[in-house]
Amino acid sequence: MTMFEAILLTIITASTPLLIAAVGQLVVERSGVLNLGMEGMMIMGAACGFAVAILTGNSAIGIVAAIIAGMAMSLIFAALTLGLAANQVASGLALSIFGLGLSGVIGAPFVGAKRDAMPRLDLPVLSDLPIIGKALFGQDPYVYASFALTFGVWWFLFRTRPGLVLRACGESHASAHALGYPVLKIRLLAILFGGGCAGLAGSYLSLVYTPFWSPGMTAGRGWIALAIVVFASWLPWRAMAGAYLFGGITILQLHAQGAGVRIPSQLMAALPYLVTIIALVIIMSRRTGQQTAPASLGTPFVPDR
Amino acid sequence: MRLVLTKREDASPWMSLVSPLVAVALTLVSGAVMFVLLGLDPIKALGIYFISPISDVWALQELAVKATPLVLISVGLSLCYLSNNWNIGAEGQFVMGAIFGGAVAIATHGVANGPWVFPAMMLAGMVGGALLALVPALLKTRFSANEILTSLMLVYVAELLLDWLVRGPWRDPQGFNFPQSVMFEPEAQALRLMADGRVNIGSLIAVVVVILGAILLGRTLKGFEIRLVGEAPRAARFAGFSEKRMTWTVFAISGALAGLAGIIEVAGTMGQLQPSISPGYGFTAIIVAFLGRLNPVGCLIAGLFLAVTFIGGENAQISLRLPLDVTRVFQGMLLFYVLACDAFLTYRIRLVRGEGAAA
Amino acid sequence: MTVPPPLVSAQGIVKRFGSLLANDHVSLTVAEGETHALLGENGAGKSTFVKILYGLLQPSEGTLSWRGEEVRLRSPAEARRLGIGMVFQHFSLFDALTVAENVALALDGAEPVPSVARRLAEVSRAYGLPLEPAREVWRLSVGERQRIEIVRCLMQNPKLLILDEPTSVLTPQETEGLFGTLARIKAEGCAILYISHKLEEVRRLCETATILRHGKVVETCDPRAVSAGMLAQMMVGVGIPPTRHDPLEQAGPVRLDVRSLSAPSPDAHGTSLKSISLDVRAGEVLGVAGVAGNGQDELFALLSGEMPAASAETVIIDGVPVGRAGINARRKLGGAFVPEERLGHAAAPRFRLSENALASGHATNGFVRAGFVDRGAALSWVDRVTKAFDVRKGPRDPEAKALSGGNLQKFVVGREILRKPRLLIVAQPTWGVDAGAAALIRQALVDLARGGAAVLVISQDLDELFEISDRMAVIFHGRLSPAQDARGLARESVGLLMGGAGFAPDAAEAA
Repeated sequence: MTMFEAILLTIITASTPLLIAAVGQLVVERSGVLNLGMEGMMIMGAACGFAVAILTGNSAIGIVAAIIAGMAMSLIFAALTLGLAANQVASGLALSIFGLGLSGVIGAPFVGAKRDAMPRLDLPVLSDLPIIGKALFGQDPYVYASFALTFGVWWFLFRTRPGLVLRACGESHASAHALGYPVLKIRLLAILFGGGCAGLAGSYLSLVYTPFWSPGMTAGRGWIALAIVVFASWLPWRAMAGAYLFGGITILQLHAQGAGVRIPSQLMAALPYLVTIIALVIIMSRRTGQQTAPASLGTPFVPDR
Repeated sequence: MRLVLTKREDASPWMSLVSPLVAVALTLVSGAVMFVLLGLDPIKALGIYFISPISDVWALQELAVKATPLVLISVGLSLCYLSNNWNIGAEGQFVMGAIFGGAVAIATHGVANGPWVFPAMMLAGMVGGALLALVPALLKTRFSANEILTSLMLVYVAELLLDWLVRGPWRDPQGFNFPQSVMFEPEAQALRLMADGRVNIGSLIAVVVVILGAILLGRTLKGFEIRLVGEAPRAARFAGFSEKRMTWTVFAISGALAGLAGIIEVAGTMGQLQPSISPGYGFTAIIVAFLGRLNPVGCLIAGLFLAVTFIGGENAQISLRLPLDVTRVFQGMLLFYVLACDAFLTYRIRLVRGEGAAA
Repeated sequence: MTVPPPLVSAQGIVKRFGSLLANDHVSLTVAEGETHALLGENGAGKSTFVKILYGLLQPSEGTLSWRGEEVRLRSPAEARRLGIGMVFQHFSLFDALTVAENVALALDGAEPVPSVARRLAEVSRAYGLPLEPAREVWRLSVGERQRIEIVRCLMQNPKLLILDEPTSVLTPQETEGLFGTLARIKAEGCAILYISHKLEEVRRLCETATILRHGKVVETCDPRAVSAGMLAQMMVGVGIPPTRHDPLEQAGPVRLDVRSLSAPSPDAHGTSLKSISLDVRAGEVLGVAGVAGNGQDELFALLSGEMPAASAETVIIDGVPVGRAGINARRKLGGAFVPEERLGHAAAPRFRLSENALASGHATNGFVRAGFVDRGAALSWVDRVTKAFDVRKGPRDPEAKALSGGNLQKFVVGREILRKPRLLIVAQPTWGVDAGAAALIRQALVDLARGGAAVLVISQDLDELFEISDRMAVIFHGRLSPAQDARGLARESVGLLMGGAGFAPDAAEAA
């Protein structure tokens, strides 16, 4: 494997959890809901996925557990924001704090446990392609899943009728309600989907990326996924570009440290966060004219009856 | 079956006092359930969490020390949240305050100095916290960049900066290579209120800040401005108040208070800079602000309560071998319940049986 | 021979919202092919009733029948399946989506958007309601948006079409166009339920009228057989005196002088103002007519100072250039302002009336001393406004959202007029307000002017402007026509201006 292949491979590995989480959150925000609990849902996915994989000795069951954990977390958020019309920002923050704590409690017995990383799935023929073959087609199943997810979400949002209805709820819940669409039910499904994606993304960290459990291992990736959605102007393919940009920065930073670049390691470690801020500023200042954020984003909906 | 929400026409002030108490009660019940699931005696565990921290004078002093940063930060955050500015990066502003204030202490270390050193450190800490907080304010007003994300990202940046400083340029040369700064001179440490106690002047400052905050919000035009900008931005513009100026103001105030909390913590309890100086005060203060109903006096009470959970968590770690994360679980649950109880203030909630238009 | 059952029949419909009784045993029948008016004041319960008929709300009591069979409408989709279509007053459209997507969302069944777009083009051609399927809604005018709502109903071959206040946002000419379309729909055998408070329209269009007052049916009659005055009497309950409006003898000095005021719109969906000039003199009421979305919001923001102009000289109050000054500086010069939106702009919903008095009066009314608020002073100001403008409320100092629309409007207008301003700028002073409150407010505006103030009224309600204005101008695509004497001015010529005729052609292109 060449140096280039190795770097490409690690970039893909770093970007995949960001992409999965961001695409899930994109669907949630398209329905008009801002769930800031990404970090909490993701780390719960990481903890539960790892714990169940160790207990059952089966990574697949671990992944399912992670998805369920993410969805269960998102259900708390849905109960507060949809059922009780609570403030979405505060509810999301509460979810993040709660998730960071609970994952620590659940994961405590598993600190130090080890599990082999999931095997890679070589796609025959394609993985023999020169240069990019190994990197693109010799990956773990998550990577293929993340591509499929991005395509699926794009197709769903912009090519299907339920997707149109979901976007309509995000644009104007009052109009969607007036036409008879069950706004809260649609948003509930979107929130659950986002929770499942966050859980899946979290399990990638503890089952493939590291692969072991350590408290707080998401290290702000949930928040970066939120930033990617803004950066992507709520479009799936741009979310992919955003995820790979941030994944690439994370990896380059690691390689630069490994190569002995004489810059404080802390500065390099701060790079992804600084780039997030800069990217937000650039994307916001270049965005003129037409609005791109769903118009109802973050506003609670209470039908009158 | 489904929930039906109808808006209340006028919320009674009585209920707004009861609702945080209900939230606390529900948190205790849920906590008991969690302890049973963890295989512990719930009564004993809750006792360690919530009774032991207030059982003797020594513990009460510890409580005041832990509550001080929470109260200081949450008063500032309340101003932010009331005016619809979502500063969630107080943790970073806390660290930056410690860095700026610590710089004064380190610069005056071992040279002739006087009683002005600690006040100068506090001032520097406030400037440091405010400067970091003004970054999201600038990005929000100038580029409409989301302040939630930018303020949070700066937390990581500030923490890494502190880490670099205490491992690099500010490391104590006589410190056996430990990543920490020199011990501050006595003049650079916060004044203890009692000769052999732990409580320092910071707690007194926090009380003063609460009083000033209550006057600001309850009696002055500026306080009215803060509330109006958050409640109805267009009505605020009609009143001649500027939303952007408000964003600058509240970010500066809350950053300065978080920075003040940071330098008081470092100069009052640690006496030196270390790579990690906060058990998450900046994030817990968010919960304090909401539990205190974004009211300075409420923040004082809520800050004391949340401080109990911090100390209870430390006690439980020792006597029950529970991870410190249990404290965070409590805090997260508390915020859930506070938000849920608030819904009962704004809406009349009924459970309706039978079908109807799905919504 | 048996009489066919009515198309739709409602018996004893009751709808409660908490303690409020919005519909109190409302019964109404619409025959096949009939054009039926539902008349009533704002707040009489018309919208609630049609929402029940469209399946959006469930009645607390009472039954609905469709062609003689009792039905329960649990959702709008069920209502649409029966053949009920509805055109909402506040359109149920999605700004960021295209016309075709908007229509597809209102059709049941999984018809793909491209096929909807094709059918949409056919239907809109057939009815003479031109629409471009691929355009996004936020680019369209108010009239075009209403067309989407109508076309998407027509695409489902309705048997009953409900229109909620359809003409309140249209120019007189657009209204004529709408009536033409309705005549065609009617000729095809579709029944129409027409909700309005405009009596002349109802008399022209409808065979039957049901009149609602305070949630109850007070009368069902043939509107062509009774006079408009009788209908008004039934609707309001008491006679409302017409506004006393003596001819203006001699206008005083110029109080507000606007000279070639231009401004880009602050947001992407707004209108930019192009070289607006006007003056208002002491003693007169100047009316600015226009269809919603032609720059009224921007004009109000620039005149009030909520948004500063590019140069000070473009807005002059009493000889002082104030274009760059804020709203409080203009208030100190004797200006007073009432914006269009009551809740959220003129008043903060969850703030008490005394706090809302403080919001607009903190710079001028002596409510603030050395930065501290004198709550007592603000509260006694509320009492004065309450007394002078007959604001009805329960407690002495309730939250703004607890007041009815008419009472809150009396408060936000009274709060300014009581200050005796020398210049008052008011947008939509009686929008959505009951007739009694509207009459009181209009009289107060005229009296203020006759007392020596200059009054500028921006309104979409032509009847209102003809009732109180001395001179009138029309705003269209951010341009303002020259003001003309309101006396002897023809409605039709104002209507033409509202539709853009008579403006320089580049104004129309810029849209």
